Amino acid sequence: MAVVEQENPLVEGLERMPVHPTTLVIFGGTGDLAQRKLLPAIYNLAHEGALPERFNLIAVSRSDDSNEKYRAMARESIEKYSRRSPDAQVLDKLLEQVRYVPGTFDDDAVFSRLGEELGKFDEEAGVPFNRIFYLSTAPGFFALIAQKLGEHGLDQHDESDVRVVIEKPFGTRKSEAQALNRQVLSVLDESQVYRIDHYLGKETVQNVLAFRFANGMFEPIWNRNYIDYVQITASEDIGIGRRAGYYDSSGALRDLVQNHMLQLLTLLCMEPPVTFDADEVRDEKVKVLHAVEPPGKDAVVRARYTAGMAEGKEAVGYLDEEGVPEDSRTETYVALRLEVDNWRWAGVPIYLRTGKRLARKVTEIAVTLKPVPHLAFQAEGSVGVQPNQLVLTVQPNEGVSLSLGAKIPGTRLRIRPVNMEFLYGTSFLSQSPEAYERLIMDAMRGDPTLFTRNDEVEEQWRIIDPILEAWETDETPLAEYPAGSHGPEEADTILAPGHRWRAI
Amino acid sequence: MPGAMPEVPDAGAVWSAEDVAPADIEEALRHLLQQQHARDDAHAPARVLNLVVVVDREWRGEIMNRLEQVGRYHASRTIVCTVDSRRETIDASVVMTVAADADAHELTMTRERVMLELGEKHLPKLDTIVDPLVVTDLPTLVWSPHGHPEAVDALLHLSQVVLIDSVNEPDAMSALRRAKELAEGAYVVDLAWLRTTPWRERVASTFDPPRWRPDLQRIDGVTIRHRPDSGVAGVLFFGWLASRLGWGTGTLMAVNGSVRGRAQGHRDEVELTLQPDPEQSAPGLAAVEIHTSSGMSISLDRGPGGLVARRRDHKGREQSWTVLGASRGEGGILGEGIRQALLRDPAYRRALDCGEALLR
Repeated sequence: MAVVEQENPLVEGLERMPVHPTTLVIFGGTGDLAQRKLLPAIYNLAHEGALPERFNLIAVSRSDDSNEKYRAMARESIEKYSRRSPDAQVLDKLLEQVRYVPGTFDDDAVFSRLGEELGKFDEEAGVPFNRIFYLSTAPGFFALIAQKLGEHGLDQHDESDVRVVIEKPFGTRKSEAQALNRQVLSVLDESQVYRIDHYLGKETVQNVLAFRFANGMFEPIWNRNYIDYVQITASEDIGIGRRAGYYDSSGALRDLVQNHMLQLLTLLCMEPPVTFDADEVRDEKVKVLHAVEPPGKDAVVRARYTAGMAEGKEAVGYLDEEGVPEDSRTETYVALRLEVDNWRWAGVPIYLRTGKRLARKVTEIAVTLKPVPHLAFQAEGSVGVQPNQLVLTVQPNEGVSLSLGAKIPGTRLRIRPVNMEFLYGTSFLSQSPEAYERLIMDAMRGDPTLFTRNDEVEEQWRIIDPILEAWETDETPLAEYPAGSHGPEEADTILAPGHRWRAI
Repeated sequence: MPGAMPEVPDAGAVWSAEDVAPADIEEALRHLLQQQHARDDAHAPARVLNLVVVVDREWRGEIMNRLEQVGRYHASRTIVCTVDSRRETIDASVVMTVAADADAHELTMTRERVMLELGEKHLPKLDTIVDPLVVTDLPTLVWSPHGHPEAVDALLHLSQVVLIDSVNEPDAMSALRRAKELAEGAYVVDLAWLRTTPWRERVASTFDPPRWRPDLQRIDGVTIRHRPDSGVAGVLFFGWLASRLGWGTGTLMAVNGSVRGRAQGHRDEVELTLQPDPEQSAPGLAAVEIHTSSGMSISLDRGPGGLVARRRDHKGREQSWTVLGASRGEGGILGEGIRQALLRDPAYRRALDCGEALLR
């Protein structure tokens, strides 16, 4: 019998819209990401009553575990990493709905068993559940899993949706990203693919859009006529810890610039979309990337940290970190100058920098306006008069700061810069949800706005790829900076005359 | 429920005086804020919402405890007006508070708590006392859990939101009438309505799959069990269904300890039943059961870890599952009420109108 689709009149006024019954399958269910982020996020959604009314979880992994053993592991992870103490009854009930399928991702029997488990859930409920396959595995398995899902008929499901969430990194070079897109899209439609960049799940990053498009006062100055230059900084005070295996093959450029920092750049520079529908927003972001040319050699600086002092303690240099090869040429810091060659931004340098073991952890976007054309006050002995700077801090203290020139109290007309500060935390009661909670819910609701589209990821790599290519043949020794410092001196060489890095 | 982090006085940021005028209190607030900023510029005053609470002296402790339990949903400035019927003068104290786990060197949000001791004679003109004390340009929420309608009426013109709990009124009819009256002058957040939220969300979810949406038009019976004092929450729930599903007018009447009635649904008459449940300890609903003319029924009951849902199809096949969710507790409900002051729920007013029409 044909189902007549009609609106659900009961949803008006509800903050949480109904989500179709869903089975979430985590490939790599025993991995670090699943234990630290995904399982706690799912628990918190359950605690808040935000999960679909009917929800099941299946974990697939290599370990030869049973349902019971996996549930015990999941309980331990949730108790350890959840942002709130779990409610025992909610946790028990959630774990009752968890199944474990052991096996390797190239094993057809695993996918047959998975299909059976998914079918059982549907049958018991009498309704076809939506299926979300979350690929929380090493990147080498992404294409294989997509292929196996197709071979076993798990890429489609009658009367419900099938979506595949793919973790980063989505390729390590442009050619790899393109090949991966081809492989994945030979099985799935683009509308089924949710490439995750957890940065976009942060409330603070989404606030960049709200700041720009909900406040009329900024739009008139948001262009080359008023903006002198932009700096986007993502600095970390910590080193690489025990992640040498991953980090040494990745480096700062792939780890943060190719994805997170280019996302910030697109949100900052994009044109206002007509609506906030997923493709409208993503179309505008892609246009920005399309207008960015890969930077030349003189617009990029890479460096690595040497021994220094961090948080009052001695910190070893990168080459002395555990697991880092002696001959490593991996950068722990990168700074680059980009330009967005379009009507709005042509000629405005956009500086990006990121690094490990810097003086402080901060992620911010600083927009420096052009100076006033004539400064009559200078003769009066003003101090430190600077062009206005608007700083959007993404973390840790999310807020907006605007530097203004103000008169120093007294009989003379002297000026000095002061800050007008706004902190988001002072104006909202609610706590931001964890990025993974937001993104898992969006995937279950079928909203891809905060996920990266295929053309977007390929455009990102188009910008980054030539830098990596140039580095492969460049034998110049890497610049260095002491741990706990503000980065290498060489970073100043990419700045245009009169521009300077903000203190980290 | 959100993490309940108590607010504690910030060191050195306390002021009190007897027989004061509002201007003295306002000056003290300004002075304390300046002092606090000078002492530690990592302290930033929260600026979200003013909350004005009017309480009876003998029950103040209980209300303060409830306010402590609202988790992260503390108002940025709370003004507690404690009513002592015989009092002639106003005493006041001001305390700047910070979260108990605030780190001395980290950016810390501070809040202000103003405690006023006043008499019943002050209530009809309470606005003239409170007005200088609220932070200008922030929404102001008024809550008077022990009645004192004259105080609420006085404050109505300077507040945008009134927090009520309809279960505190003597009967459902007077509760809904009072809510409607207040809704003429301000946005009303009703805790009785907020307690129905998980139930409404679940019913909306249950009928959301396209194959089951047509059954909404075939509803022919709704039974609600509730704590004996929370019948009004059930009436609001009926009002919600009636307003959303376009039911025609109906009536509800008390019959043998229950309230029963009918409303005109799209195809069938809908039988409505409210049953008090003495076993139910928390205010609000205990269970919801919905029948359709096609022979399908769904029910929701409180259970461990969430609501226990049961569905029986027209062939009599039954399924049961738990809709996950932790209980918010009464502290959590109050916190939700404060949070809702900054939002707007268009469904409440319509549910209120339809609920009242059913009782007429």
